[in-house]
Amino acid sequence: MGKKLLTENINVPGIETFEVYRKNGGYASVEKALKTMTPDEVTEEVKKSGLRGRGGAGFPAGMKWSFLDRKSEKPRYLVCNADESEPGTFKDRYLMEKMPHLLVEGMITGSYALGAKTSYIYIRGEYMYIVRILEKAIDEAYAAGFLGQNILGTGYSLDLYVHPGAGAYICGEETALLESLEGKRGNPRLKPPFPAVAGLYAAPTVVNNVETIAAVVPIVNLGGDEYAKTGIGKSTGTKLISASGHINKPGIYEIELGLPVEEFIYSDEYCGGIWKGRKMKAVVAGGSSVPILPADLILKTAKGEQRLMTYESLADGGFVSGTMLGSGGFIVYDETACIVRNLWTFARFYHHESCGQCSPCREGTGWMEKVLHRIEHGHGHSGDIDLLVDVAKKIEGNTICPLGDAAAWPVASAIRHFREEFEYHVKYPEKVKNPKHFEVEPFVSEKKLEAVGA
Amino acid sequence: MPEKTEKMEEIKFSEQSLALVNRIIKRYPEGRQKSALLPVLHVAQAEFNGWLSPPVMDYVASLLSIKPVEVYEVASFYSMYNLEPVGTCLIEVCQTGPCWLRGSDDIVAHLENKLNIKVGETTADGMFTLKTVECLGSCGTAPMLQCGAKYHENLTTDKVDALVEDLRSANVRSTYMK
Ligand SMILES: Cc1cc2nc3c(=O)[nH]c(=O)nc-3n(C[C@H](O)[C@H](O)[C@H](O)COP(=O)(O)O)c2cc1C
Ligand code: SF4
Ligand code: FES
Repeated sequence: MGKKLLTENINVPGIETFEVYRKNGGYASVEKALKTMTPDEVTEEVKKSGLRGRGGAGFPAGMKWSFLDRKSEKPRYLVCNADESEPGTFKDRYLMEKMPHLLVEGMITGSYALGAKTSYIYIRGEYMYIVRILEKAIDEAYAAGFLGQNILGTGYSLDLYVHPGAGAYICGEETALLESLEGKRGNPRLKPPFPAVAGLYAAPTVVNNVETIAAVVPIVNLGGDEYAKTGIGKSTGTKLISASGHINKPGIYEIELGLPVEEFIYSDEYCGGIWKGRKMKAVVAGGSSVPILPADLILKTAKGEQRLMTYESLADGGFVSGTMLGSGGFIVYDETACIVRNLWTFARFYHHESCGQCSPCREGTGWMEKVLHRIEHGHGHSGDIDLLVDVAKKIEGNTICPLGDAAAWPVASAIRHFREEFEYHVKYPEKVKNPKHFEVEPFVSEKKLEAVGA
Repeated sequence: MPEKTEKMEEIKFSEQSLALVNRIIKRYPEGRQKSALLPVLHVAQAEFNGWLSPPVMDYVASLLSIKPVEVYEVASFYSMYNLEPVGTCLIEVCQTGPCWLRGSDDIVAHLENKLNIKVGETTADGMFTLKTVECLGSCGTAPMLQCGAKYHENLTTDKVDALVEDLRSANVRSTYMK
């Protein structure tokens, strides 16, 4: 069994209540930080831990905290990003639903380190039932003296609120999130200025993912150095992986960073192998935005080394033969899955979610969706595949926020690794008109097709 | 189905909702009451028949002391706000990659057949509206759908049948608030 730093007690009955959570060692980090450490010392431990942002980009959390403008006269804010909308990602939901106090505890300790007096949890509107769970936990924390005025008699005061969104993936982008929290459309802001200088209400703000904030709890409890002993190299600690798709045991797994990908997919402790006794075809390892990899490249790097669940190992080979850990949304495809149809669902998603501020993203995502729709439905033209590559290239790097890149990368990588499948669609339209085709029959490659004289 | 022509003077939150709205406004600093807009629109949609009519949006604007257009531009941006009337029960089926891999197409087709409507339509009796939505953060328990605040996961066509019957006999408006 791997070491668990966040979810060890998640199945303890009643852990969602203050009483049981506290009995199991909960809120120790608040006591330790507020009573025995200065705010800067807490930040220092987070730096030492090597913790990297768990929302997708993997930016070192301690460094982000140290960028916060501490000289400003304005109030400072810690905002938790619980927008979780990246397809394939559902770990924050699990954590908040099962262990709401872990997030509340992390918010208190984190807010203390940053000197915030008011903090917000921005949660996607669809998770409204979790808003209730979090609000109940927050009420309990107030009642126990862990929130509000003069917490535990230390003189530190904090108010914590939950703010629901209303259905918009783009509000997961941190500046769009702040706009949304100000009651506006979720249009990402031009950076700089970064939120650390001008964030919520133009005041210094840190935005962190749910899992990042939760990880502050074991970091403060154990000390940064001790936390950093888990994991490998610059990938320290544990990570929640959301596993979905064609596996025997979809679900959420807390893994020690450094676990071999092969073990994660095939061992019974984790995904339990591919369902229905089938073979694995491909994996999207970090949420829909990261490049898809074929089975051989997800298990081993191009150099033939075993691929590990770390930021570095998954990225090995760059975008030619590697991918990213991203948000940890691990989607597995068996040999019957149609890569074109999957990509079309992703393209439709990004088109739907583009905020529309930049033309390359607004128009480009629409074109990609349209072209993929026609390829998938048997109306593809011979130049369509190159057209897709061209559109993706023109979006990448030319937009205000990374949603444009997030839309382009899956397209570029799917064509890079599975071009044959796209060509097959264009060449044999009558075979792909039935969308079920690829689900009932393992994908027939060009070569196999020639062999049977088609 | 509710009439589209509600009159402004009829629109007023219940005392309970008004108290909730005032609590929500207090979460934000003085002068930043516009921050309350998204949560208050959720309250409004739940209270006024599941959708945001222009008079309802104007009412919310007046409560928050902002311009009506500031409400319209927000209400039209976010997918959870309905700008047209919807059936008593709004059924939203996730259709993104991970759900598709586990059979969301079958769930959508089954619902279309059963309710005798296409995606985006409302049944003639005003009972059900069927929508498809993008990833709801439930991919490990796919296929799934949302109705009101409730997630229905690991769906099969049998489960869908049972759900539709339950919803029909309960005949309660679905809202995200409950
Ligand atoms: C289009 C888009 C969507 C995003 N969605 C999320 C999200 O749902 N949750 C999240 O934590 N970060 C999301 N991010 C990343 C945030 O912008 C930000 O980097 C993150 O919240 C920082 O927290 P971390 O450093 O703790 O990871 C998204 C970024 C982009 C560009
Ligand atoms: S890249 Fe897309 S989502 Fe991001 S700001 Fe531009 S249009 Fe909006
Ligand atoms: S893809 Fe349906 S819930 Fe994520």
